[in-house]
Amino acid sequence: MRLFDPHIHMTSRTTDDYEAMYAAGVRAVVEPSFWLGQPRTSPASFLDYFDSLLGWEPFRAAQHGIAHHCTLALNPKEANDPRCVAVLDELPRYLVKDQVVAVGEIGYDSMTPAEDTALAAQLELAAAHELPALVHTPHRDKLAGLRRTLDVVRESALPVDHVLIDHLNETTVKEAKDSGCWLGFSVYPDTKMDEERMVAILRAYGPERVLVNSAADWGRSDPLKTRKVADLMLAEGFDEDDVDRVLWRNPVAFYGRSGRLTLDVTTPDATHEGNSILRGAPKGPGGGPAEDPGAGPAGAVADRHGATAVPGA
Amino acid sequence: MTRPRTSPATPGADTADDPLTDPATGTGPRPVAGTAADGTPTGAATDPDPGTATLATATPRELRGHLTARLDEPARGWLRRALDEAVDHPGTHGPISVWELRIAEAGRRCGPVHADAARVLILHAARADADALSRVYYQGTGAERRAVLYALPHLVPGPEGLPLVEDALRTNDTRLVTAAVGPYAARHLDAHAWRHAVLKCLFTGVPVDAVADLDHRAHRDTELARMLTDYAAERTAAGRAVPADLHRVLTLTDPPATPSAPATDHG
Ligand SMILES: [Zn+2]
Repeated sequence: MRLFDPHIHMTSRTTDDYEAMYAAGVRAVVEPSFWLGQPRTSPASFLDYFDSLLGWEPFRAAQHGIAHHCTLALNPKEANDPRCVAVLDELPRYLVKDQVVAVGEIGYDSMTPAEDTALAAQLELAAAHELPALVHTPHRDKLAGLRRTLDVVRESALPVDHVLIDHLNETTVKEAKDSGCWLGFSVYPDTKMDEERMVAILRAYGPERVLVNSAADWGRSDPLKTRKVADLMLAEGFDEDDVDRVLWRNPVAFYGRSGRLTLDVTTPDATHEGNSILRGAPKGPGGGPAEDPGAGPAGAVADRHGATAVPGA
Repeated sequence: MTRPRTSPATPGADTADDPLTDPATGTGPRPVAGTAADGTPTGAATDPDPGTATLATATPRELRGHLTARLDEPARGWLRRALDEAVDHPGTHGPISVWELRIAEAGRRCGPVHADAARVLILHAARADADALSRVYYQGTGAERRAVLYALPHLVPGPEGLPLVEDALRTNDTRLVTAAVGPYAARHLDAHAWRHAVLKCLFTGVPVDAVADLDHRAHRDTELARMLTDYAAERTAAGRAVPADLHRVLTLTDPPATPSAPATDHG
């Protein structure tokens, strides 16, 4: 079973999580930029964060055999802080980067005029950079937030099939589906959506254009929720093809609209290939996790991955 | 032993009509040569090229020949246009110069395997100086920073690029550390920083083969020998293996060191 978590904040997660995700079958993730829990006070801290999503975090993911891409944006909450809004001027030079597969997460938090402006501006940026957009729906006043979101999307230059509406639930799924957008569901331990409700929605609305994510972050969350949904789908009568569609092919199709998805994990080779121009031909163990050479760390990781045959694969 | 692969995740990729972008999966440009699902090298990886030239030592002409032989036609055409643009418009125009945009998109155009070489070539074509290289580095992804480090020895004759090398050596990203210890570092890093770079390679598992001019700089370096023996003693005391590369470098430091007894005599 191959799994793609299309919305997870790995910066907030440990290497144990990476290992468990790999063992569960996760081979690709998309990490949207978001609010860090502690408010930022300047564009500079956004830029360091973006750089981390394009540098250190994909390196970490690659060490665990997981392909890492990101979506970049000014998040809705901080769009309300005038000290942060200037980051919008820096976004264009980031949106051209290879690993950026969408603009996001954007959308509404408190549905303020400042959020209107940031959402509309960033949908235009997505269209200008031929990128899809990851648009989340607010936690509070969700249905009204969805409707206002869809209005702004329809007024934008971005086609609806380039938009993923996330954090949907029973009250918002129908209107979101009717809009023609892609449908995202965040499965959390105790809020938003759980596995049983997710499977019920899949039964009622079908697997077309549906993406399931863990949205795991620094809050109470579970980076293995994609696997748990897959298992429950199988137990409830969906077949392997349905599971593969929802948990692999749909996210690949959506983010693939960027033309920038690279699902081969090639980066660790750079370590043991030295600086030969003939990278991509593994010669043997070496490199890998920092600060532990003697034991052949990369080899150990590869062994562990090799031994942990993906359950159900 | 090979890294885990996710190639099976792109079904149909091998049969797509357009090898650059697979419409069935939406995956971006794929490398012409690379690694198959089971980790065995394919394409260029098995061709007779001895592979002795490195990104840091190959001339632009060699790099171009290498890429031209390996890229498919759409990627080759893209690279040709990108290099022509960079030659014609090397400066900064508007918020971002055209060649810097090409640097950013080299991965999806040429595939991750060839992106480093393509970026180094674009930097050459644009005659990027130390200021331009700093800008590309500090505004770059990990992959772009790596390419800047590989380009440094060709494009910056003086020590102005050292802050980039020092920045890369502070990271724990082994791809950056590997690229940082090339000929530019050999030429310009002072003794203290260079010794720490060698030690960092040993710590992070970067093969010391990546360290340019290692034989020459390590020769008769008694301070490096002391650092290596202390590190070996620390590993031994902890019951952990001493990296084979450590003994190799210790041997290069020559007379004072006794590789067979690394934990003693050098307090
Ligand atoms: Zn999120």
